[in-house]
Amino acid sequence: MLRTILPLLTLLLACITLQPPATAQTTADQTGTELLDGLRAKSFKAKIAAVEKLAAGGDPKVAAPLTAMLEGRLHIRKSDRALVILEKRDGKKFFVDPISGETLGEAKSRSSNKVRVNNRLRGVLRSALGTLTLFSKDPDIRLKAARAIFKSADGNSLTILAKAYLDETDDDVREALARTVAATRLRHGSDDEKMAAVKILTDFSDQGVRDLLAKAALSAKGDLAKAISLAAASIDQRLAFFGVLQNLFQGISLGSVLLLAAIGLAITFGVMGVINMAHGEMVMLGAYTTHVVQVLVLQHFPDAVTHSLLLSIPVAFLVAGLFGVFLERSVIRFLYGRPLETLLATWGLSLMLQQFVRSIFGPTNREVIAPSWMSGSIEITGGLVLTNNRICIIIFAAAVFLTLTLLIRYTDFGLRMRAVTQNRSMANAVGIRSNWIDAMTFGLGSGVAGLAGVALSQIDNVSPNLGQGYIIDSFLVVVFGGVGNLWGTLVGALSLGVANKFLEPYTGAVLAKILILVLVILFIQKRPRGLFALKGRAVEN
Amino acid sequence: MAKLTFTTQKTTWLFAAVLAAITIVVPILNLAVPETSALHVPTYILSLFGKYLAFALLALSVDLIWGYCGILSLGHGAFFALGGYAMGMYLMRQIGDRGVYGNPELPDFMVFLDWQELPWYWLGFDNFFFAMAMVMLVPGALAFIFGWFAFRSRVSGVYLSIITQAMTFALMLAFFRNDMGFGGNNGLTDFKEILGFDLRSQGTRAGLFVASGVALLAGFLICRAIVASKLGKILVGIRDAESRTRFLGYRVEHYKLFVFTLSAVMAGVAGALYVPQVGIINPGEFAPGNSIEIVIWVALGGRGTLIGAIMGAILVNLAKSYLTAAFPEVWLFALGGLFVAVTLLLPKGVVGAVGIWGNMGARAPGGKS
Repeated sequence: MLRTILPLLTLLLACITLQPPATAQTTADQTGTELLDGLRAKSFKAKIAAVEKLAAGGDPKVAAPLTAMLEGRLHIRKSDRALVILEKRDGKKFFVDPISGETLGEAKSRSSNKVRVNNRLRGVLRSALGTLTLFSKDPDIRLKAARAIFKSADGNSLTILAKAYLDETDDDVREALARTVAATRLRHGSDDEKMAAVKILTDFSDQGVRDLLAKAALSAKGDLAKAISLAAASIDQRLAFFGVLQNLFQGISLGSVLLLAAIGLAITFGVMGVINMAHGEMVMLGAYTTHVVQVLVLQHFPDAVTHSLLLSIPVAFLVAGLFGVFLERSVIRFLYGRPLETLLATWGLSLMLQQFVRSIFGPTNREVIAPSWMSGSIEITGGLVLTNNRICIIIFAAAVFLTLTLLIRYTDFGLRMRAVTQNRSMANAVGIRSNWIDAMTFGLGSGVAGLAGVALSQIDNVSPNLGQGYIIDSFLVVVFGGVGNLWGTLVGALSLGVANKFLEPYTGAVLAKILILVLVILFIQKRPRGLFALKGRAVEN
Repeated sequence: MAKLTFTTQKTTWLFAAVLAAITIVVPILNLAVPETSALHVPTYILSLFGKYLAFALLALSVDLIWGYCGILSLGHGAFFALGGYAMGMYLMRQIGDRGVYGNPELPDFMVFLDWQELPWYWLGFDNFFFAMAMVMLVPGALAFIFGWFAFRSRVSGVYLSIITQAMTFALMLAFFRNDMGFGGNNGLTDFKEILGFDLRSQGTRAGLFVASGVALLAGFLICRAIVASKLGKILVGIRDAESRTRFLGYRVEHYKLFVFTLSAVMAGVAGALYVPQVGIINPGEFAPGNSIEIVIWVALGGRGTLIGAIMGAILVNLAKSYLTAAFPEVWLFALGGLFVAVTLLLPKGVVGAVGIWGNMGARAPGGKS
């Protein structure tokens, strides 16, 4: 996009830079406090003029004194009438040179007068600082500055914007500057400049530009109005497209959460036929394990806390998995072949687990700190923002799914597991210890639920009720996808997630969820065995 | 084919007589016996047991379909709550202009939401008989439609359990919405009177107790009549060998649909009796956990015994009332432990284990054969 803008913008800027402003030249010659002399003025009007002059000069050196002025720390020393910044260090006050930042000695009380500011002056100071930070060394700050003045920059700041644009080396900042310059032109320029600005703005697709065009359209006439409405239409189209992409992303993100929550169930329910109502509590155990691991890491290795999430992945798998093996050996193995009784017993277990966790950790939410690499977001364009933690969860869900599929398909354990599922007595006859396989399979399903807990600790509240929120959804996903089929679970989770997110804009979150539930209920009437049904006689048992 | 599981003639009449006696004697002990007497039943105990009787009717409705037809509904709380809401709507309309906002037409929450007129589905609920018809019709119709689709597509076993659970979950989410016009989060409450009688008065409470007792007795006798009839035998046949019953020429889905709908109506009546006695109905009643809890009442008492369902409901709720007050921390452990213990150790429930009503060698419905 930048390529198409550049020639246009360069043209636009050329006419500005051809008439070099007087202020820009003079600032270069001035040094130190001379530069700031105007700030000493008595009247606010004069001060405002001085600040505006400094801002137009674009000298980054004046950012510090202007910030100090805004914060009320810019003083005039009584002894020599020099401008100084008052700084507090270790409870003592010091005078600091406003330009060089050198310490000029300790400040006695009442040895200086504050440079007074009023609200109007504060506003001018803020926008002046906005333009001045355009020249900061840090590209992030420059980017922020370029965006911040998108709405507010006036015609006078065009010169400085042009200078910033031509000096700029970072592509992102250049693009943001181009957007701001065009927006300013559209507000304050002549009709020709406005036309050029509209052409540039057409290539940006974010809501800010769209709003700006809508505002400009109100006062535009003739060709300009036509150009604006064309640009607005093309932006609308792109925004709609990005909206669809955004929905799709959120749908996949929700789908991957559902997948994580349901995939352990797909093993215990789908492969073993055990209705594990305590599955949600396994997820909860995983989330609490994440919390405990984090607390331990924070106590013993405080520097490594951003990596504690990685450590909690195997730990949560082990904790939930071992607990699953324990449950299988102590309760569930007595109930094989009686699915409805299993349902009741595991529901009882889930109640006890919830109360157990509530008794130990209390009923309130526990905090799990997000690691630094999971915060923040990737901006594809103004209209499409992908948050890092969601991306991480999608990747994590995909990894878990892939590992499980490979495990079941290619490992010795997977082979035995499938053998026991398909024909238990035959498997026994060839020497597979089906009891052991049952325990391990249940442990695997529970362990995967624990992994889901690690992921969910990042996006949901870690509370004793965490699992309850997912259990019905998980069952629906498994039943919808087709029992005994991991791919069915994948397709089921993703399609339910995406359908939910596409319904939400029209119906709202709650109604979308209700509709999805009703649709799944209806779907099961149509295909009682789910999307990918197992065929053959095994189904009837 | 397995032998039928139902109580003998003698125990049935004995139990019915005990139930009738309780229905008559307890209100008398409350109203006629002076408070100083040791035999006096305090009003709050009366209301508490009235609530248990409503729960017992609900458990009975679950036992009818689960114990005798093998349909494990995990959404029966929804029918109960719908019946409760229908009753609640009648009671709301009885408040008239005595609400906080004093609006003669609109319930308080609608005034609060700035609604201008009563939604159409609230019309008619000021009439007691219309409301009572709705108490039965709404859950019945929902069960009929739901069952019509589910049984015709042969959704059974665990799958049916899961979609009934999804149904009650969806209803819960729906009733939590303010736009639904059922009071949202807070539900319906602040009732004043029923049929002109003050709900807080001792006499009304005794009357509600009697109504609950009569409804439970009627429900028990209806269920008893059904399970003792040829229809009941076919239901048990469906429970134990659905395909075989179908191949014998019975339209399995019709039998299931009938008994499911009847059961939902019973649950609705139970809800309607519950609401005036506790004074509130809110979407929490739709919570899937509640529906599962009903099943454990039945399992504890003894599945497929009718009497067991009633006993189980009363026993568990007695324990709940006591434990949640005395040791709130322990209650979930106790309830959870009960689920595990009953399924592992008492597959036939208390009634089956005691054996006196175990029906002389009849096979308890431990599971599908």
